[in-house]
Amino acid sequence: MMNSTGGEPAVEVRDLVVHRGRLEVLHGLSCTLAPGSITGLLGPSGCGKTTLMRTIVGAQHISSGSVHVLGLPAGHKDLRWAMAYTSQTLSIYADATVRANVTHFAQLVGRGRDAVDAALERVELQDHAHRRVDRLSGGQASRASLACALVGSPDVLILDEPTVGLDPLTREGLWETFRSLAAEGTTLVISSHVMDEAARCDEVLFMRDGRFLAQAPVADVQARTGTDTPEEAFLALIRSTPEEER
Amino acid sequence: MTAAARHMALPRRRYPLTTVRRILAQLRGDPRTIGLILVVPALLLTLLYYVFVDAPTLPGQPKVFDSVGPIMLAVLPMMLMFIVTSVAMLRERTSGTLERILTTPLSRWNLVASYGLVFGVLAIAQASILATLILGPMGVDITGPWPLLLAVALLDALFGVAFGLLASAFARTEFQAVQFMPLFIGPQIFLCGLLVRPDDMPRALEVVANWLPMTWAVDVVRDLLTNDSLDDGSWLRLAGLAAAVVAALFLASRSMRRRTR
Repeated sequence: MMNSTGGEPAVEVRDLVVHRGRLEVLHGLSCTLAPGSITGLLGPSGCGKTTLMRTIVGAQHISSGSVHVLGLPAGHKDLRWAMAYTSQTLSIYADATVRANVTHFAQLVGRGRDAVDAALERVELQDHAHRRVDRLSGGQASRASLACALVGSPDVLILDEPTVGLDPLTREGLWETFRSLAAEGTTLVISSHVMDEAARCDEVLFMRDGRFLAQAPVADVQARTGTDTPEEAFLALIRSTPEEER
Repeated sequence: MTAAARHMALPRRRYPLTTVRRILAQLRGDPRTIGLILVVPALLLTLLYYVFVDAPTLPGQPKVFDSVGPIMLAVLPMMLMFIVTSVAMLRERTSGTLERILTTPLSRWNLVASYGLVFGVLAIAQASILATLILGPMGVDITGPWPLLLAVALLDALFGVAFGLLASAFARTEFQAVQFMPLFIGPQIFLCGLLVRPDDMPRALEVVANWLPMTWAVDVVRDLLTNDSLDDGSWLRLAGLAAAVVAALFLASRSMRRRTR
């Protein structure tokens, strides 16, 4: 559905090979993400999700192939204004208040108080703004980190396991936020090793050992593999992969 | 026009002091670090004062503390700032905040300069407290102007800040960062001229000592103790100290990579 938008893709990955140290961890990945879409990056721990996300953000050196974001090569100076990233670790300042954190990340991209208030409201942390991050619950801290990412109104949001370890209610709330951001035109890439989250994405990238098994809406993958759940679909895809690529 | 270019065109203000404010916000929640910078050196100096207070002095010779006390202004600031900033920057590296803020338009030079500014202001407060104690209740007289004593202490502290930021690049854990203190600062304390003047050391040690920033700071303090104005050599050492601060800050900023392999 989102692929019909046409025009320039928000993210375009071509034949991407990445090494971490001497080890090749991404083996020639290609994918295209449409603007305003939510793409779920799903796969077991250690399959290369984080490396791929860090590459899109421009924090990881590319061995060969290319990654373009909004038409510019990943890591381009201008992209620092237009995209935001949350890593698996909290990656905000635990010893400062929520507001101090969001204000800092707002000012780094030149945004003022209005943007801070809007971001706090969006993640529903207005009432906790004065609290230190290390005094918050896991879900609240995760939302504070998200507020720091979306405070600059980025066109592309890369979120590494933002819902891991959170209760169902908090997860539901976060997905509503992601959905409304996408509706406003933000392109989101969200990684998870919880296969159930696939159903909430426009498209999923099933990933294993540094390769993509599929890029499609999860319903399509389930129909193609004749399975009923994202998890079964993922397992069926692995079984159908030629032995030498496993 | 690309989406990125549209973003550039949005009205945005520059906030060059945002990192300074953020570091201050963190310090507000961390009174122990403030204590380590402002209170601990004063306590150490007081302890040192009482260590020497009853020590016998040869007739006609100045009291030992009269030189050792002021020299502490060239030793303690560097040591304490090194510990504080190496651990603070290591936290940025390990918590993922460094990688994250480097995906924003923040410049690496702005980041290290912000640390330098915040801890530089704290260093001025620290040096003022120490100098007040030495020149006031501890009754030490220096011949040179006291503002220059503060200036040496400030540059000495700033070198500790910059060196600490740089050292964090070589540590993986906070524990390792603290272990660097004896390695990077320990030899400087032995060689700086506090215990034995470099002139009286074996030639090889003297050569090394004369290249260490803490030695330069101690030399300037000794000059201030006995002369009412600094000689050319002391001005050169002050300039060298300032250059070492800038060089270490530059290297520290280069040690932060936006893109890793």
